[in-house]
Amino acid sequence: MKGYIHSIESFGTVDGPGVRLVVFVKGCPMRCLYCHNPDTWTMDGAEEMEPQEIIDQFNSARAYYRNGGITVTGGEPLLQPEFVTELFSLAKAEGIHTCIDTCGITFHPGNAAYMEKLNRLLKLTDLILLDIKHIDPEEHQKLCSQPNAPILAFARYLSDIHLPVWIRHVVVPGITQDPHWLYETGRFIGTLNNVKALDVLPYHDMGKIKYEKLGMDYPLKDTPPLKKEEAMAARKIILEGIRASKLKQ
Amino acid sequence: MRDEWRTFNGGVWEKEINVRDFIQKNYTPYDGNEEFLAGPTQNTKDLWAQVMDLSKKELEAGGVLDMDTKIISTITSHGPGYLNKEKETIVGFQTDKPFKRSLQPYGGIRMAEKACADNGYKVDPEISEFFTVHRKTHNAGVFDAYTPEMRACRSSHIITGLPDAYGRGRIIGDYRRIALYGVDRLIEDKEEQKATTRTIMYSDVIREREELSEQIRALHELKKLGEIYGYDISRPATDVKEAIQWTYFGYLAAVKEQNGAAMSLGRTSTFIDIYAERDLKEGKYTEEQIQEFVDHFIMKLRLVKFARTPEYNALFSGDPTWVTESIGGVGIDGRHMVTKMSYRYLHTLENLGTAPEPNLTVLWSTRLPMNFKRFCAKTSIMSSSIQYENDDLMRVTHGDDYAIACCVSSMRVGKEMQFFGARANLAKCLLYAINGGVDEVSKKQVGPKYRPITSEYLDYDEVMAAYKDMMKWLAQVYVNALNIIHFMHDKYCYERIQMALHDKKVTRWFATGIAGLSVVADSLSAIKYAKVKTIRDENGIVVDYEVEGDFPKYGNNDDRVDSIASELVHTFMNYVRGNHTYRGGIPTTSILTITSNVVYGKNTGSTPDGRKAGEPFAPGANPMHHRDAHGAVASLASVSKLPFKDAQDGISNTFSIIPDALGKDNQVFMGDLDIEIAGFNGECCSGGACDGATLFEGLDRE
Repeated sequence: MKGYIHSIESFGTVDGPGVRLVVFVKGCPMRCLYCHNPDTWTMDGAEEMEPQEIIDQFNSARAYYRNGGITVTGGEPLLQPEFVTELFSLAKAEGIHTCIDTCGITFHPGNAAYMEKLNRLLKLTDLILLDIKHIDPEEHQKLCSQPNAPILAFARYLSDIHLPVWIRHVVVPGITQDPHWLYETGRFIGTLNNVKALDVLPYHDMGKIKYEKLGMDYPLKDTPPLKKEEAMAARKIILEGIRASKLKQ
Repeated sequence: MRDEWRTFNGGVWEKEINVRDFIQKNYTPYDGNEEFLAGPTQNTKDLWAQVMDLSKKELEAGGVLDMDTKIISTITSHGPGYLNKEKETIVGFQTDKPFKRSLQPYGGIRMAEKACADNGYKVDPEISEFFTVHRKTHNAGVFDAYTPEMRACRSSHIITGLPDAYGRGRIIGDYRRIALYGVDRLIEDKEEQKATTRTIMYSDVIREREELSEQIRALHELKKLGEIYGYDISRPATDVKEAIQWTYFGYLAAVKEQNGAAMSLGRTSTFIDIYAERDLKEGKYTEEQIQEFVDHFIMKLRLVKFARTPEYNALFSGDPTWVTESIGGVGIDGRHMVTKMSYRYLHTLENLGTAPEPNLTVLWSTRLPMNFKRFCAKTSIMSSSIQYENDDLMRVTHGDDYAIACCVSSMRVGKEMQFFGARANLAKCLLYAINGGVDEVSKKQVGPKYRPITSEYLDYDEVMAAYKDMMKWLAQVYVNALNIIHFMHDKYCYERIQMALHDKKVTRWFATGIAGLSVVADSLSAIKYAKVKTIRDENGIVVDYEVEGDFPKYGNNDDRVDSIASELVHTFMNYVRGNHTYRGGIPTTSILTITSNVVYGKNTGSTPDGRKAGEPFAPGANPMHHRDAHGAVASLASVSKLPFKDAQDGISNTFSIIPDALGKDNQVFMGDLDIEIAGFNGECCSGGACDGATLFEGLDRE
């Protein structure tokens, strides 16, 4: 079945291990204030692609991807579970490392049909990059226009099934930089047993230009980009939270 | 065994001039890391400060600090020159002082005069007269023999950058021979070569005998150059300092006589390391001293300067000398050729700060030791000054003792040389095919009056057929112009010292080049897959194009257009091969307009890919700017489909990338989270965050 694709980057080095083919899918239910890919929110102008086409692209430059693989990001990949499942089953048949970059918002444990689909996909997935936007439900709602309960539940679920996860967290001045929230984020992460890496990203405003092109208002006009060192400091606080949480267990 | 060779493993190299054999029998591969390296000595710092000060003055003076206007530069033309005699361990300048540019009129007196005039100097009138009236130059010889057609092609820029008024360069003498054998032994060898030429005096035998005499004369002068600086280089070098100094004297002699478009050094580091290893073992020099010699050697190479015109500098975007030194690689016996000296050469980028010259080039192989790969990556990140080339690819053709001349031209040191051949503008050639040989800018009939394309919309098969005919014509004019150039260069501006450091039997690569590859590939793709409408002037000459619809663009790993590019290289190369080449030169092609792509574009009208008149071409084999929409791997994959056997002189693909796009900064993303969380007893993780290997995987595919 066809996927709705925004674009493909052949040289991805920051979305999973090694050099990767990165597939950006279209469509996302979140509206994060700092989103730098607003052009992936809707399905408008999506390119329809067969999973095999993507595998072919990967194979035509396979020598570059020896330690890498395929990452599906977006947009929200879990909005197109059938497509990603088919893509990953082809990938696994060829021994390709698979990774999903998701915010986890679509997680719906009460829906048996959904869970069956999800489990089929997760069986074919080697690594999840899970973005925790904000640990506080209210703040999360403000930041992303969506609740964070499904996201945290998804994180817990991945921990229960022992699927390796890299946690990503964007530090935005005035929104997520507060040490209290950082520490609490760490305390949550500390309760998980499948986290292999913690990627703390400084907020940048390189998405601004896309908003202009799309004729949209950029919500964080007045927020300055975060310095790398500040992200380092934030990461330390999260690590402290993780440590505290682990010690308690 | 000679005393200078004590402790060396013997071999064929003792009986014949064979540096490769010496290296293979004696070098010590180094698998360790960079911890042994030494920083700059106080002397090095002082000398470099002096250089920086002179550089500043040179810049303030408008780019040139001093020029010779009276003394014609030869191997022995000048007395010794120093920065600070007490502090320099490796000595020798092109003239009697640093930053003074020498006068080299043999390539062409007008170029020499203009280089002086443009910088506010005037060549001595007697010298001008001598080289105008009494002694012919390379440039004058070439123009005596050029046909009107060649001149027209030159002025319309369908063939550009021909070395017909300046030194062709690209010839690398095996400067190591001086250190290993001493000059006397080399003279002996050349005398023997001269005594054993064929005996019936055909013109090629006469030329050979005359050239050997010139080579022998140059070697005698080389000894004198040593004497000028107080060294006896008639004998082999006895230690690492002498090995570097002897090697440098050879190179210095070359740049005193040749203002070549690229004056490359060769592949000296692993050779020199053999001496360093012996001295370290014998306790003769310390690591710090050895690094000092290397630093001073590299400093000298950075100070090679030529008198050039602003136009020349515009074509090459700066004032390059292309002192390329090839480092590393893997031997044909499977051992890598990285030595401690490979590290020391690269370490100069830290000890002296970064610089574009000498052009330190790592011959990259997947089988280089990981420590060295890491060190290269680290030094690259710090300096942005290392070039990488694919040894795994070139070793197949050139073995394990080749070096790079200029940026990509590979040749066995002392056994192969190149006739440098500039570039043919294949984009303009396509426009000639469409316009029946009429130049789209000057509107003159430059090419042959083949039937032009008269339809409103371009038909792929029709254009392709016309294009092939026009390429065949262009290849013929181009190769024959080069035949004249190299004949005259050999006659009037012979590289006698470089050739004295070659074997008697030399393989000559007859280099040609292509400009505008991606423009043509995209143009043909547009004609094939979209609709291209011609826009004509009042005389029916096509001066612009309108592209209707989309088409596959080169640089996206799309076979539909990539195959057009490959086919183009193959076709043009076959047309080149169909011509007679001077001195049995073996034709090669390069696709590497790294800087001159701007100038080529300026002189070329609008093309069917939608590029407008005057807009720059993409450099080398690069995709056109902004047309590669799928990132670096797809872009590289397109380029890597080009056939190396048809473009053996090199294919370049230039791209810059912001460091953050090359992977996670280790400081932000440390990898193994479990280790970071002290006290936590988690399962061992194999998620493998930013393992250092990530970066190297990219590098493996140069």
